[in-house]
Amino acid sequence: MSSITGVALPEETPSGGQPKPLDADRASTGRLGDRIFGGAALGSGLLIVVIVTLVAIFLLAQAVPALSKDHANFLTSTSWVTSQPMAFGIAQLLWTTVASSVVALLFAVPFAVAIALFLTQYAPAWLARPAAGLIDLLAAVPSIVFGLWGGFIVAPKWAPIQHFLSDTLGWIPLFKPTAGITGGNTIFFVGIILAIMILPIITALSREVFAQTPTTHKEGALALGATKWEMVRTAVLPFGRPGVISASMLGLGRALGETIAVMMIISGLPNGAKWTWSLFNGGATFASKIASDASEFSGGLSTGAYIAAGLVLFILTFVVNAIARIIIERRKDFSE
Amino acid sequence: MSSTTARPEVTFGSKSSGRAIRNTVATVLVWAAFLIALIPLGWIMWTVLTKGLHVLFTGTWWQKDQSGALPPGFDHNVRGARHALVGTLEMSVVTSVIAIPIAIMTAIYLVEYGRGKVARLVSFMVDILSGIPSIVAALFIYAIWVTTFGLKLIPVCASIALAMLMIPVVTRSTEEMLKLVPNELREASYALGVPKWKTITRVVLPTSLSGIVTGALLGFARVAGETAPLILLAAYTQYLNENIFSGNMAALPTMISTEFSNIGDAVSSERLWGAACTLILLVLVINLLGRLVGRLAKVKK
Amino acid sequence: MKVLRIGQLAALSLAGSLTLAACGSASNDSSSSTTSSGGNTSSSAASACAPGNLSAAGSTAQLNAMTQAGSGYKTACNAELAYNGTGSGAGITSFLSKQIDFAGSDSALSSTAKDGDEFAKAKTACGSDAIDLPMITGPIAVAFNVKGVTKLNLTASLVAKIFAGKVTTWNDKAIADANSGVTLPATPISVFFRSDSSGTTDNFTNYLNTAAPADWTDAHSKTWTGKVGQGKAKSAGVGQAIKATDGGIGYVEWSYAIQNQLPMAAIDNGAGPVELTADSAGKAVEAATIKGTGGDLSLKIDYATKAAGAYPIVLVTYEIVCTKYADAAKGAAVKSFMSYLASDAFQSSLTQIGSAPLPASILDKVKASVATIS
Repeated sequence: MSSITGVALPEETPSGGQPKPLDADRASTGRLGDRIFGGAALGSGLLIVVIVTLVAIFLLAQAVPALSKDHANFLTSTSWVTSQPMAFGIAQLLWTTVASSVVALLFAVPFAVAIALFLTQYAPAWLARPAAGLIDLLAAVPSIVFGLWGGFIVAPKWAPIQHFLSDTLGWIPLFKPTAGITGGNTIFFVGIILAIMILPIITALSREVFAQTPTTHKEGALALGATKWEMVRTAVLPFGRPGVISASMLGLGRALGETIAVMMIISGLPNGAKWTWSLFNGGATFASKIASDASEFSGGLSTGAYIAAGLVLFILTFVVNAIARIIIERRKDFSE
Repeated sequence: MSSTTARPEVTFGSKSSGRAIRNTVATVLVWAAFLIALIPLGWIMWTVLTKGLHVLFTGTWWQKDQSGALPPGFDHNVRGARHALVGTLEMSVVTSVIAIPIAIMTAIYLVEYGRGKVARLVSFMVDILSGIPSIVAALFIYAIWVTTFGLKLIPVCASIALAMLMIPVVTRSTEEMLKLVPNELREASYALGVPKWKTITRVVLPTSLSGIVTGALLGFARVAGETAPLILLAAYTQYLNENIFSGNMAALPTMISTEFSNIGDAVSSERLWGAACTLILLVLVINLLGRLVGRLAKVKK
Repeated sequence: MKVLRIGQLAALSLAGSLTLAACGSASNDSSSSTTSSGGNTSSSAASACAPGNLSAAGSTAQLNAMTQAGSGYKTACNAELAYNGTGSGAGITSFLSKQIDFAGSDSALSSTAKDGDEFAKAKTACGSDAIDLPMITGPIAVAFNVKGVTKLNLTASLVAKIFAGKVTTWNDKAIADANSGVTLPATPISVFFRSDSSGTTDNFTNYLNTAAPADWTDAHSKTWTGKVGQGKAKSAGVGQAIKATDGGIGYVEWSYAIQNQLPMAAIDNGAGPVELTADSAGKAVEAATIKGTGGDLSLKIDYATKAAGAYPIVLVTYEIVCTKYADAAKGAAVKSFMSYLASDAFQSSLTQIGSAPLPASILDKVKASVATIS
């Protein structure tokens, strides 16, 4: 599998967490072609910085006027009233967004890693390629179809399982039964559907990284008498870890921002509903809230409230990615 | 799953029964994970295909748009999805044309050129971009295009918003692939006096082509099914419009969401699942084509 | 059950009265059918035909009517209408930023809207006054799903109590009193509301607040202000949820209740229970008063009307147009389409798709206003 690129990997391929490849100054860079190419590369990178900065400015500029007219505590209030006088808070949105995405990651990452291992290390040669294609097929399913399928076909089937869980595990606050939500359209269920949605993206990237594990590492482990699992554990997984983390973050980003599927699946709560930590509650995520009310945006203060919610989501991604980065940097230090 | 938390061991003893059992358990778990993942896939495909596949074989599906459609309940013709198919294709292709070069060049910058603070900033910003929800990207484009410049929305606006969603996916995956290209290849090329840009385009990129294609396809799949930006930026119309620079343009996701509002009606629901089926097939075909291209390029080497 | 039959009847009669549209569908793209088959429905409109495609957006409540109109108008005048059901607010926003030719909205332009004077903004965008033209009436059904119950009578106060969570089981004495002879089960009531903001919610809460102020104290709002219930995306989501839940109740536009084959409650406005029909909804619109000035015809619906046989929960949707378009050809095209909408033939065909025609008194004023568009 390691030769999918068509190039035999040299013996001493460094691990995935290696320092950057050859420094620019050691190559010949003086020529015109180099300057143009390098400039274009830098330009593309800077363009992304500019876009993100503009988005941040746009979000801030629209959110601040609305925030200054907010009569509720923006961080702790669970109410969402955008007609005058405005009283909106993100507590409920933040909880629903984070909880559903964490559930999604908890389900998706172990499965994705296991499937990527299966595709690169365990599957018989004749099966590996079609099997990978099958998992990629899952990525071809548009989110609106996940919404239809999840909300109208799976949710009713999930409801009894959920009742069973809340009956047996109800003493845990996260699984407490909730009054008011009758169907299976809960935060936990949305997490499961999101897990299925982000599974292919994490699997595909993990697969590509695992596939590049140097044969020498694997053979070395096997030569030392390792079982296949020990080989995977000592050679493949450490090699692929930064890639897996990076892939998971990409998946998390998608889960946090998923809009239409969440909107179609989750049951909304009435304004000012009683707070509960239960995952078997309804709610709305940042993205689904913005989307479900987008049809009535009129471009003024009321819209600013939603933009403020978007800003929080933006900051949330910021924080999550910063943490992920620190983890990767740490790992790098250890693995060298 | 213990796989992510396992600690590496340095030495191996003789194959005790405990290790053999652990090995078997791991094998079983890995197979099980794959088989379990097939359940939702099978289920969703079954749902879409049983409800939508037959619609694709009605004579008008590929030839006609929805012009002449009557309100739900009174229309007995499924009519066609040509307008939505053409729209999705045009918008996705334009999106890819905008996003893929930027994404690949950014990845090249990050792996081959980037050093120090600027590179870290760019890399971080790519992550942030990946977390921007599609609806916010759409609001952003709307604010620039309409509020700031007072221009009339055209379908290509949706492509620009979609490109914002596609760039991080392609950049990240390309970056991972470029990182895996062994340095020896670069060094060998430099040693022969090949300029850096030629080394990158002739050695590094072809070596990681299959991974880059995978990333681009993932990005394509991500945007082809996006609905929210289209609702805001590229209004649905039941008529065929082939000009991406004017008017309204239908797309398969917006067709699905339009028909969803009448899901209780039999004909609307046929259209809905037909459009869903078409969209999945479209992404699938593009996937296969991309893989084929990736493989052909590899053979040429 | 009666309503279902209405739906089927409508399907049959539509075949007759709308041969026009049927021709349009059969010859899909043909452009030659105008003169020969355009006859019956659009004789009044055809005379005013002006060329030019139109682009519009807004209320989803009039989406079906617009689909019908677009199809008929294409046959009659060979011009395309692209109407996009983005929601009223988005429709008005698009109109104010000159993205579309006219907007469809569940609520008239307001000089005291939460984000500023919409009339003033519209005047800037148009370069002339903008006016609201009431065109399509959409009754809102209170649909329910209770095993074994097909007919249900509710008073305004009872509707408010149920949606406010003050009545929580179907065999509550208050419901039983209003429905003697009906065996009601002890199923708990599950209330469903729209999780997205919509004019339907706005009108429904307005009805509750006006007709039962003691039991519903919150002001009307486009987002649900009730204290109980589960939110579902769009009318389709609410309809499906009611259908899937024994004990479910919710408010949806009439056509969605028909689509999902849900029974609908008869509303007692004080003069006896009234089933939802095109006729009874039309009576409620007749009781409305015009509060707009000049050519503007925004209506004030009397939700607390006591008129006999009037079904009070109705939603009147408007077309928001400029009185004078910068592009004269565009103005002529808008005028031509508005004349088509206001034509008696089109209005009478509305009953068949879950809307009610405008009463003649209001329709005459609409026609007069349309004539001023240029």
